[in-house]
Amino acid sequence: MSIPSFEVNLPSSETSEFSSQVHRLRDMWRLVTLNRKVAFGLGILVFFVLVAIFGPIILTKDPNAFSPDILSPPSATHWLGTTQTGQDVFLQVVVGTRVSLLLGFITGLVATIISVVVGLAGGYFGGVIDDVLSMVTNVFLVLPGLPLAIVLAAFLPYKGPLTIGFVTVITGWSWGARVLRSQTLSMRSREFVEASKASGESSMRIIFFEILPNEIAIVAAELLGTIIYAILAETGLEYLGLGDVTTVSWGTMFYWAGNNDAILLGAWWWILPPGLCIAVLGAGLAFINFGIDEIANPRLRKEPGPKVDKISKTREVAA
Amino acid sequence: MRHLSRRIGFYLVALWASVTLNFLIPRLTPGNPAGSMMARLHGRVSPQSLHALEIAFGITHDPLWSQYLQYLNNLLHGDLGISITYYPTPVAAVIAQEIPWTLMLVGVSLVISFVLGTLLGVLVAWRRNSTLDSLFSPLFTFFSAIPYFWLALILLYILGYLLNWFPINGGYDTTTTVPELSPDFIWSAFQHGILPAFTIVISSIAGWLLGMRNAMITTLSEDYVLMAEAKGLSQRRIMFAYAARNAILPNITSFALSLGFVVSGALLTEIVFSYPGIGYALYQAVENLDYALLQGLFLIIAIAVLGANFLADLIYVALDPRVRLERN
Repeated sequence: MSIPSFEVNLPSSETSEFSSQVHRLRDMWRLVTLNRKVAFGLGILVFFVLVAIFGPIILTKDPNAFSPDILSPPSATHWLGTTQTGQDVFLQVVVGTRVSLLLGFITGLVATIISVVVGLAGGYFGGVIDDVLSMVTNVFLVLPGLPLAIVLAAFLPYKGPLTIGFVTVITGWSWGARVLRSQTLSMRSREFVEASKASGESSMRIIFFEILPNEIAIVAAELLGTIIYAILAETGLEYLGLGDVTTVSWGTMFYWAGNNDAILLGAWWWILPPGLCIAVLGAGLAFINFGIDEIANPRLRKEPGPKVDKISKTREVAA
Repeated sequence: MRHLSRRIGFYLVALWASVTLNFLIPRLTPGNPAGSMMARLHGRVSPQSLHALEIAFGITHDPLWSQYLQYLNNLLHGDLGISITYYPTPVAAVIAQEIPWTLMLVGVSLVISFVLGTLLGVLVAWRRNSTLDSLFSPLFTFFSAIPYFWLALILLYILGYLLNWFPINGGYDTTTTVPELSPDFIWSAFQHGILPAFTIVISSIAGWLLGMRNAMITTLSEDYVLMAEAKGLSQRRIMFAYAARNAILPNITSFALSLGFVVSGALLTEIVFSYPGIGYALYQAVENLDYALLQGLFLIIAIAVLGANFLADLIYVALDPRVRLERN
């Protein structure tokens, strides 16, 4: 994302590196907050991050603790009701937020780092390196993700966040690598890359300090998309009982709800909250993603172009 | 032609990779499936029958490479081993029995979702900034982020359990009907299929809608659309024959790719509804540590996905003249 108005305003040469950084940040901030989708998505994200950080600190009770109130609907004592063994659903959702968020964000981050390294190295070096990396990427791309994840998780002897995360990374990195490779391919012959090569910069430096910053919008979109995938995949795997079922997370809540036939017992309060959290968080991330799309591709923005305007007017007359 | 043979070569390599992964995963992981199964049986059966079982399940103590060759040989003969869950039915027979359910349910839902989503996408892009657009786009963004098995649970609770409109599990009424081509059975299967199909459509329609919308917006600003308008063509003709026709290419490619996921696409939905099919069989396999079935199912899914990818490649070459020209 370049910010044209700012590039033009660059004062001759007196401005220090620092204040230009500040300007750039401020421009970014303005772009981000002006876009309603990004602002909305960020609001949701910040809310969940705060819950994940402070929730378990404020609510110190054991989320697995049993109580005599079995399957009670939401009330003043149990805000979101209780499970079949009398565990407090609200407590579980809040405590589970940290586990689910952490797992989703870390796996999303790791998968994105792999796709950045593979995609940029392949696109930049070309030749045999590219052939091999593309081949590996394409093979992982066509391997069916969720089934592979289930098979892997079923075979790995250790059940827990590490297995779930590993499986999600394995099945989640390839798409981003492909996108970034094709983008890097088109960057490789740009002048600034040629110039860095001519001035003797190392390949590592060119890839990560010259090319990568120019693809940061794509990487950000990729990261958000992968986090959504990771959270959904992990919830699915945990729901199937392939995670550590004693840890409290949104996915394991589903596992226990499913195992105890919460539906047939009419315990909607047990199933509704964790799913709603995932859906709202996922939608928040998707909104940020669409917002970034709009910032990067002005055609998708809301402002009506004159032509579209005209079409709608003609139609109104015709109708 | 050269392009085609290169792609075929790639898919052969990918197929080999899937088959080999499928062979290696259970053998390289510390939790040896054969061992765990045998451990469960130890002490309960005589050493002779244990040996017979080992042979039946294809458990040998040969070196890895000879096991690998044996595995490939068995695959080529369509021998996927014997399922423990449905003992003594061969895995191939289990898959053959389950796959029509999945194909019907997910196939029909996919077509409905694709057609509806694409049409809505065209309309929403055409009336950009109208109430329709500002209502639909965020709503479907929200839908796309819902875990679909959760949606299935909620629908099951409201429409199946509370309102009792639909049966809450199974593929047909097992008490009154048997799988056959009778009106009763078809009606029962239809009733049982509505809720799972509805779940799949709701949770997948957003992708088609948003993809089509964004592609449409790009083509709407092209000069040929302006030209069509200047010629005074009808709105409908511009919308479908000019803008949508050119915008639909990515959606068609995704549709071809989705065909591959028809086989695996509804794993969790099938599990929630206890609906017969590949997903439910996979769940059974995981629950019962039925490794032969697990591997067989994964193989079928991988082959379907590879086949669909190949189909997508072919469609792309056929539909987009630019790709053809570039390649020749």
